[in-house]
Amino acid sequence: MAETTASQAEGVLSANQAVPIAQAGRSRKKLASKEWVLFLLFIFPNMFFLTLFTYWPTVKNVILSFQSRNKYSGATKWIGLENYKYIFTNDRFQLVLWNTVYFTVATLVLTLVLGLLVALLLNQRLRFREGARAVVFAPYLLSGAAIGIVWAYIFDPRYGLLAQILSWVGIPSPDWLNRPEWAMPAIIIVYVWKNLGFAATIFLAGLQAIPKDLYDAAKVDGANVWWRFRSVTLPMLSPISFFLLITTVLATFQAFDIQRVMTKGGPAFSTTTLVYYVYDQGFGTAENYGRAAAAALVLFVAMLTITIIQFRFSENQVHYDD
Amino acid sequence: MINLSTNQQRFTGKFAGYAAMLLVVLVIGIPMFWMLSSSLKTYREVYTFPPQWIPSNPRWANYSDAWNAVPFGRFYLNTIIITICGSGLQLFCGILCAYALAFLKFPFKNAFMILILAALMIPPEVTILPNYLFMGNTIKAWLGLEGNWVNTYQGIFLPGAATAFGTFLMRQGFRGLPKEVLDAAKVDGAGHLRTMWDIVLPMARPIIVTFGLISVVNKWNDYLWPLIITNTNSMRPLTIGLTFLFDNEGNNQWGIIMAGTAFVIVPLIVVFIFAQRFIIAGLTAGATKG
Repeated sequence: MAETTASQAEGVLSANQAVPIAQAGRSRKKLASKEWVLFLLFIFPNMFFLTLFTYWPTVKNVILSFQSRNKYSGATKWIGLENYKYIFTNDRFQLVLWNTVYFTVATLVLTLVLGLLVALLLNQRLRFREGARAVVFAPYLLSGAAIGIVWAYIFDPRYGLLAQILSWVGIPSPDWLNRPEWAMPAIIIVYVWKNLGFAATIFLAGLQAIPKDLYDAAKVDGANVWWRFRSVTLPMLSPISFFLLITTVLATFQAFDIQRVMTKGGPAFSTTTLVYYVYDQGFGTAENYGRAAAAALVLFVAMLTITIIQFRFSENQVHYDD
Repeated sequence: MINLSTNQQRFTGKFAGYAAMLLVVLVIGIPMFWMLSSSLKTYREVYTFPPQWIPSNPRWANYSDAWNAVPFGRFYLNTIIITICGSGLQLFCGILCAYALAFLKFPFKNAFMILILAALMIPPEVTILPNYLFMGNTIKAWLGLEGNWVNTYQGIFLPGAATAFGTFLMRQGFRGLPKEVLDAAKVDGAGHLRTMWDIVLPMARPIIVTFGLISVVNKWNDYLWPLIITNTNSMRPLTIGLTFLFDNEGNNQWGIIMAGTAFVIVPLIVVFIFAQRFIIAGLTAGATKG
């Protein structure tokens, strides 16, 4: 039947030209096809913009990655796998991949561990905990560019806040943003500071959803605090931890503004992650669209792999209510 | 005796709890306090060690200096226009699409749902290059325009007009509404536009407000795309304008630069104070309900 296979146009057509069978059947058909038209009308704006600015550009990006493009005339030429060959045999790209892994893993572990600790703390019956929760969450909403600038001042090795705090314990401040070995830790600190509150808030929601009687049962069994944490809290938090793991990885893969204001990917490319590399290749000094597109695709494939693992995993492990 | 020691234990526990909470609040809060306090420091106060926590005579002129160093008035206007248009479009597209997916019958509804979820997996880095080219020559050729859309408002906000996340979030919210009320509307013969306007939108207000707030914050803070698509101060939003103030003033005018960052951050803090309940509710709903 037309209405189960074809588009809205055919749906309307078949309803209008339908051989009259029974009056009721016909009007129901009419109603159904009217609803289909309305459905398509309602989803049109969203699908239109998604197609124009998300789906099609993704395809276009794949095409670009196999081309070289003259930056003055805009003329394109097919060069096969040359762009990929270039980036994968390039020392800098290997450094970029390493930076991305370093940044992602360190940020992930610190954000999740500290986020869980803060959530456990703010789940205790303490006065003012509502206020503390709000303060912890606030940085998550603030502009990364503005936050990066504030931290650039805090990291100032001579007049910054951190230099003073370190001087209390007698440690001289490293020249954070001008040393290749210190710049990445500095970026990671800022990133963890900014996103800790999100992880803590999500963990808190998870903690509050754990039924009280599970703890009571564990208490009756004589489990101590640590054992209750191991046997009740951690397993009950596993779906939420997994959600946080994925969202944090995907967010760190896209981290850009803090690097842009604090280090511009330097010094000596020590804070250039994949996103920054795409930006730098496409719009920075190089202006090589083909290589930028190839690097972006590498990023996309990595993100896709992680997302697919998530779906696979959550199908088996995680229960959702609907 | 045992009672006393458990009391003591409880007291130490509470004390440790408060101490830890204070530490957390200080670590998170001090950088924000530092920004505000430094925004009132004189040049000399910035360059004293140990640094001053509270400037002895606050220099409010830092704010007017920052305002005049780069056109912050214009940046505000640009950010407000981009935020209103971008979030308005996202709400419009998202609400309609979410309503269709939640209540309207269509043969391939699930396929559309999967297609929209797939958009969540596409990072902006993959689309910026093609979108930049699109806003350049493609749109010019398509619409037969004189100039292209690089460095224009529509060039900045149109690529962010759709929403996969918002559609998903609001669809979940709409489906959670009590069925009886919706059925009653159907019996009364209300059409879908009436049902949406008079029943679904008022009843689902919390989730719509939540998404609206998240969208506004995202548009306000948006960085990578506006950085690429703008090339003059007359079009730059606050986040990009601030970056150029920082790049130009370098690392020495910290008082003025901190005043500039306050211009970007303070409106967000105000929004957060009034709206944190909604924002947190929406984000946690997204996490716990998948």
